[in-house]
Amino acid sequence: MSINGKAYIAGVFEHPTRKATDKSLAQLHAESALGALKDAGLTKDDVDGYFCAGDAPGLGPLSLVDYMGLKLKHIDATETGGSSYVLHVGHAAEAIAMGKCSVALITLAGRPRAEGMATGTAPRNYGSSAPDVAFEFPFGPTVVNMYAMCAQRHMYEYGTTSEQLAWIKVAASHHAQYNEHAMLKNVVTVDEVVNSPMIADPLHRLDCCVISDGGGAIIVTSPEIAKTLKRPLVKVIGAGEAPKHQMGGKIDLTYSGAVWSGPMAFEEAHVKPKDIKYASIYDSFTITVLMQLEDLGFCEKGKGGAFVSDGNLIAGTGKLPFNTDGGGLCNNHPANRGGLTKVIEAVRQLRGEAHPNVQVQNCDLALAHGTGGSLGTRHGSATVIMERE
Amino acid sequence: MTAKQRTFPSPIVDPDTEQFWSAAKNGQLMVGNCNSCNEKHFYPRGICPHCGTQDVTLIEASGKGEIYSWSVLRRADPPFAIAYITLDEGPTMMTNIIECDLDALAIGQRVKLKFSETEEADGPPVPTFVLD
Repeated sequence: MSINGKAYIAGVFEHPTRKATDKSLAQLHAESALGALKDAGLTKDDVDGYFCAGDAPGLGPLSLVDYMGLKLKHIDATETGGSSYVLHVGHAAEAIAMGKCSVALITLAGRPRAEGMATGTAPRNYGSSAPDVAFEFPFGPTVVNMYAMCAQRHMYEYGTTSEQLAWIKVAASHHAQYNEHAMLKNVVTVDEVVNSPMIADPLHRLDCCVISDGGGAIIVTSPEIAKTLKRPLVKVIGAGEAPKHQMGGKIDLTYSGAVWSGPMAFEEAHVKPKDIKYASIYDSFTITVLMQLEDLGFCEKGKGGAFVSDGNLIAGTGKLPFNTDGGGLCNNHPANRGGLTKVIEAVRQLRGEAHPNVQVQNCDLALAHGTGGSLGTRHGSATVIMERE
Repeated sequence: MTAKQRTFPSPIVDPDTEQFWSAAKNGQLMVGNCNSCNEKHFYPRGICPHCGTQDVTLIEASGKGEIYSWSVLRRADPPFAIAYITLDEGPTMMTNIIECDLDALAIGQRVKLKFSETEEADGPPVPTFVLD
């Protein structure tokens, strides 16, 4: 059984806030949900399936279901960090294909800026009962130094350079200049990236994503419902998910779980990487993008540096336009989880609703990919392929 | 050399890892060893992550290895070097490289074990490494 063609993305909404001192976390989830429902032309009472992850306050989905007053037949709080919401699209399509629900709502929200969270540079303790904590937390693993170790090893094995990584940020900044909501709208150069302060060798400040408040939501529906709505039809045609971890100490930092989730999604969609017109690629750091592009098969392993150089990811000039909203590197990384916004921009592209200066011509096939957790330790990987009908 | 060294939070000891941390107090670095598939693993645990049996024991590692990857967190006070070390016995483990020139680290450098005391008075020491 396949989910290809069994579900459509009928509504998306990206919350415009980037600093939400005036709103609660539940409020951001609910405003995002209402935005996506309005975009789809549906109401709260149409929703019969709800999906959320670890950013939701309370016990799994229960508090938010209560807050929003939803009456449901299906709930799913699968938590794989920032990749969760890409994975949820696949799970929602599965539930719809099985007849468990017909209008699925996925929400994400967070306020790390309002709360003054040291997102990337302070160690995070995921709980003393996590079996890995005693063997890692004492050594000060942070988001940035763990991804930095991936970059360091990639450079060692494949000769990848800081200048090549910088091209990823340069491309994102070219796109962000057209996004009125983007946190960083300035177009930057390779020199500016490599000369920005070193945060954790070899990652500079401009290799890192923004820290932002905000949220977003996605509505996934059955084909029957999608076809009654007035929005362009965006069909889910393939999905894949896979965790990657330390393999009992056989650690290999040069690749991500996308080596598994990518082929699953491509096989289900019956398409190949070269067919993809636009890609949303999780961009917590520049190295995240480079590794995922290789692992998804957009270029050979180890050749990501050459692939991203010279503007190849810039809409209009490059062969693979990516993150045309500016991505996490420039636009928005709500709740320190960038997966949901990846799906949103892919849907905008497929509908022809991206900013005219970054809209990919005849964009009929797009991919969204998320990584959640840490590429340096253990992470979830999720890939979704969508087609404009 | 950095003048100031970071301090280490004490690891939380649980029934699964009590033996590992007791050995650490005796200056021994242990790795998991599976008597069924003969593969070693790190971190140590009550099940072999390679073959899934519970026939696992701890064996002492030589404490020698090489840097698999590293990064200096320049934004920390004091800055410090996190690393993955591949032990000569095979498994790769997370650690810090201490008492080193933070500007002269490289993948492939040989390192040796040097335990570091942790913040709580009765907390076990953690396995850190110095350049060999």
